[in-house]
Order: sequence, then structure tokens, then C-alpha cells
Amino acid sequence: MTGFITALAEHAFLRQAVLAGLLASVACGIVGTYVVTRRITVIAGSLAHTVLGGMGAAYYLRAAQGWQWLHPLHGAVAAALLGAGLIGLVRARSREREDTVISALWAVGMAVGVFFLFKTPGYKADLITYLFGNIVMVDPVALRLLIGLDLVILLLVLVFYNPLLAVCFDEEFARLRGVRVGWLYTLLLMLIALTIVTLVYVVGIVMVIALVTLPASVAGLFVRRLWPTMVLAAALSSVLTVAGLGISYGADLPAGATIVLLTGLVYATAQLAAGLGRRRP
Amino acid sequence: MTVDPRRPPVVEITDLHFAYRGQPVFTGARAVIPAGAFVSIVGPNGGGKTTLLRLVLGLLRPDRGQVRLFGESPRRGRARVGYMPQHAHVDPQFPVTVTDVVLMGRLRPGRLAGPYRRDDREIVRSALQEAEALDLEGRPFSALSGGQRQRVLIARALACRPELLLLDEPTASLDPSVQDDLFELLHRLNERMTVVLVSHDVSSVSRHVDSILCVSQGIDEHPASEISGALAGLFPGSSGLSLVHHDHHHHPHHHEQGGGPGGRP
Repeated sequence: MTGFITALAEHAFLRQAVLAGLLASVACGIVGTYVVTRRITVIAGSLAHTVLGGMGAAYYLRAAQGWQWLHPLHGAVAAALLGAGLIGLVRARSREREDTVISALWAVGMAVGVFFLFKTPGYKADLITYLFGNIVMVDPVALRLLIGLDLVILLLVLVFYNPLLAVCFDEEFARLRGVRVGWLYTLLLMLIALTIVTLVYVVGIVMVIALVTLPASVAGLFVRRLWPTMVLAAALSSVLTVAGLGISYGADLPAGATIVLLTGLVYATAQLAAGLGRRRP
Repeated sequence: MTVDPRRPPVVEITDLHFAYRGQPVFTGARAVIPAGAFVSIVGPNGGGKTTLLRLVLGLLRPDRGQVRLFGESPRRGRARVGYMPQHAHVDPQFPVTVTDVVLMGRLRPGRLAGPYRRDDREIVRSALQEAEALDLEGRPFSALSGGQRQRVLIARALACRPELLLLDEPTASLDPSVQDDLFELLHRLNERMTVVLVSHDVSSVSRHVDSILCVSQGIDEHPASEISGALAGLFPGSSGLSLVHHDHHHHPHHHEQGGGPGGRP
């Protein structure tokens, strides 16, 4: 670990990686708490895979069409918001088809991504980067975008904290109180979508779901209110991300997988301890 | 509060037609709930009670006919309703405190974004006090018993400052002594607001309420003192019915679909 700290002082790319991990942790602590308490993990998984479609398309347009200003994360944001809007719309219009749309987005988003990456001329290592993460690939453009996303998420959650809580706890009651439930729910889906984008470099699309759900789930064992759960989940996620990065750097392991394994270990231990504690009061 | 015939009725249903997935639930049903009443909507499970509730609250639209709430459309009138859902409807593990839950009753159009104000918090305290749940203030919702959760959800409904308190199965899964306490509370609240509750258990509510709306393929109205043998046909296997024998009024159209004696001699 001391090796990691001296390396941090030496290498800007490592400092950027840590910063990216911390920025993603703030988002996933806050929004992951909604995902866990509202029990919409599957939607988060679907949106994550939809993101690949946008990244693939942006990557293709940049490489094959010369759109140099277009960053893959721009495509990710667009695809994530589109997916969130679609699920929100379908839910408002016809409740029964929601899960089919979620599955369709999951697979089609992925297929679009693979399709564009295949069609892109040249070197194709980026597919692996997007799927499994590569936190040291974070560039200044991506970092600025992550800061922007965090600010948007924080601001929206601060402003809409009360109605969002009401919608998550009891949608019907919220509707009767005049809350525009459909809009709020779509807003929540968009927050989830943006959070997933912040995590793509850290752990990759396939493993995003771990950081969205597990820290919030562990935090929920210790606190019994929404906003403290968010704070604790963000803190836990920060520690796990930085520790995972440190371990992977020292032992030359893939960072994303290390972070997810560490998170899974903490989750399993916490659940086990909580289960034992319940049995022997 | 006694029923005041000079005030406009709280709920007025005329010629209600509604079908759910092609199955008719109401065909020309009528009902009136006067201001100040203490009414129970009873009926077998699947008989349309919840559908009626959702129609009254504007969560469903009638296929034909009219539902008026305080003389307005349900979507407008529901701002004056304090609604308590079945307590199984909310996730007991959700990370909220009692205060968080009751504060949700202070949401209203124009006051949705941003933090709650001090007067909201005062109203929440008085609502908790009224529901005899002030001692639960600040406790995690997940740590409460079923009866305590019920009280908190009533407090949330009261925090809306309602003129009509609408409760869905408030007695479900409560022990008899807790049920009696609950009815005592509802009686006290009825002194200043209309109280309507939905129940599948006619025997436990008929002792407490003024009148009963039977919902089973239509709506029928009875004074509570008049729960008759005719009802037994509507609730096959409902053992509690034998407790009430005031069989001096026969409803000839009782089983007719959509029939309601409201306007009949």
C-alpha cells in the first residue's frame, strides 16, 4: 500500500484514477440507495448495458467519421438518458410491458455497441475497456464530465429529495398529494443512468451493478434513514474503490474486477454478520 | 360530527359503469356519502371495493357515469382527502423514520421541491399526537409493530389536513383489542371529518359505523343497524353475520347487478 501511495505522488494518471473512483462513489452512494430501496436493480443492469450502445456509436463516429469532439462518454450519457426515458414512458403508458422493455434495452443496447465497435476501423481494445473498466484510462475530458455529472446528480437529489422519497416509499400516496409520479420516476431513472455513466471507467458496464447496489445495501444494515444511507454508501464505495485500485496496482491485477471482488467480499461479510446478529440477539 | 344534509355530499356516485379487463365491476351503480358520515365500504375480496376506492380517488376513470368528490372531479377533490393505504402496501424495511413518513402528508402541489417548512413540522407533530403516535416520533419505521405502523399511516393522512379520511382495510391483521382502540380513534376523528373505511370484515365494522356500503357487483347502502340476512347471500361463509339480526327490511334488488336502493322508495 505504501508503494501505491508513492506511485500516486509520481503518476498523474493514478491521481486521476483515484479522483474518478471518488467521483463515481459519490454518485453511486446517493443513487444506489434509491436503486436498492426501490428494488429496481434490474433496471440499473439494463441501463448499464444500454450505455454500451451509445459508447460504441460515439466511438465509431469519432474514428470512422472524424467527429473528434465526440467523447465515448457523450454517447454513454445520450444512450443512458434515452434508455431511462423509454423505460419511464413505457411504465407510464402500460405497466405490463415494463420488464420486456428492460430486457430488450439490455440486449439491444449491447448489440448496438458491439456492432459499432466491430465496424470501427483499427485497434479494438476499447470494447474490453468499456465492458470491464479501465480506471487508469480516465482522461481529463472524462474527469470534467464526471464532475459535471456528480454536480447534476447532487443538485437534483437535493431539490427533489422529498418527493423522490415519497415516490419510492409509496407511489400511490405521492400521486394523491399531487406529485407528478411519472416525471419523478423518470427523473430517478435518469439519475440512475447518469450514475452508471460515472462508473463505466471504474468497473466497466458488466460490473457496474455491483457498485450501484452493494455499498448501499451494506450501508442499509447500519442506518435506518435514506440520506444517512446515501452518505455511508458513498463513503464505503470510496474506500472500496481506492483500496481496490491500490491492491490491483500493487499486485498487477485488473482494477475493475479487484474493486468488485472486494465489494462483494464486504457485502457477504456484512450480510453474514447481520444474519448472525439477528439469530443471537 | 353528525351528518349534515345541508352540506353537499362528500362523495356522489351516479350511474357508475366500470369494467376491469372486460369484466363488468359496476353497471349503473349509485351511492352518496354525506358530509360528516362514518361509513364503511364492505364486500367480499374481489368484489370491487378497491376499484371503488380508486375510482373515488381519481386513480381510475369510470367508463360511464360520474364520481364526484366534494362536488368536483376526483382529481381536484382528492387534495381534501387524507388517504391511508393497507399497511401491507408499504415496504416495512424502507429506510425512513416515522417523522419522514408523516411529513409526506405535507406534500402538495406548489410545495413539492425543496425542504419542508417549520409549520409542516408542527402539523406533523399535532397529527402524530392526534393519532396517538407522538411517542413514535423519530423512530425507524421498520422497528414498529403492525398496529403502530397503522397509526403512523393515519397520522400521515391527518397531516394532509383532510375533510375526508379514507382508510383501506385499517383493521386488517390487528388483534381485536387494537381494533377497538382504532375505532375509538376514528370515532373521535369523525367529530370533525367524514370517515370512510374499506373492510372485508362486515362483522367487525358494523358495530362501529353509521352506515354500510356493500360492494359486490354493484353498490348497496344500509344503515349499520340494519345489517340483515339479505347480506348473508353476499358474504357466503362470513360467520360474523350471525351477530347482527335486524332483519326488518328486505332489499328486493339486492343481488341485481349495479342495483342500489339509494334512490328507491
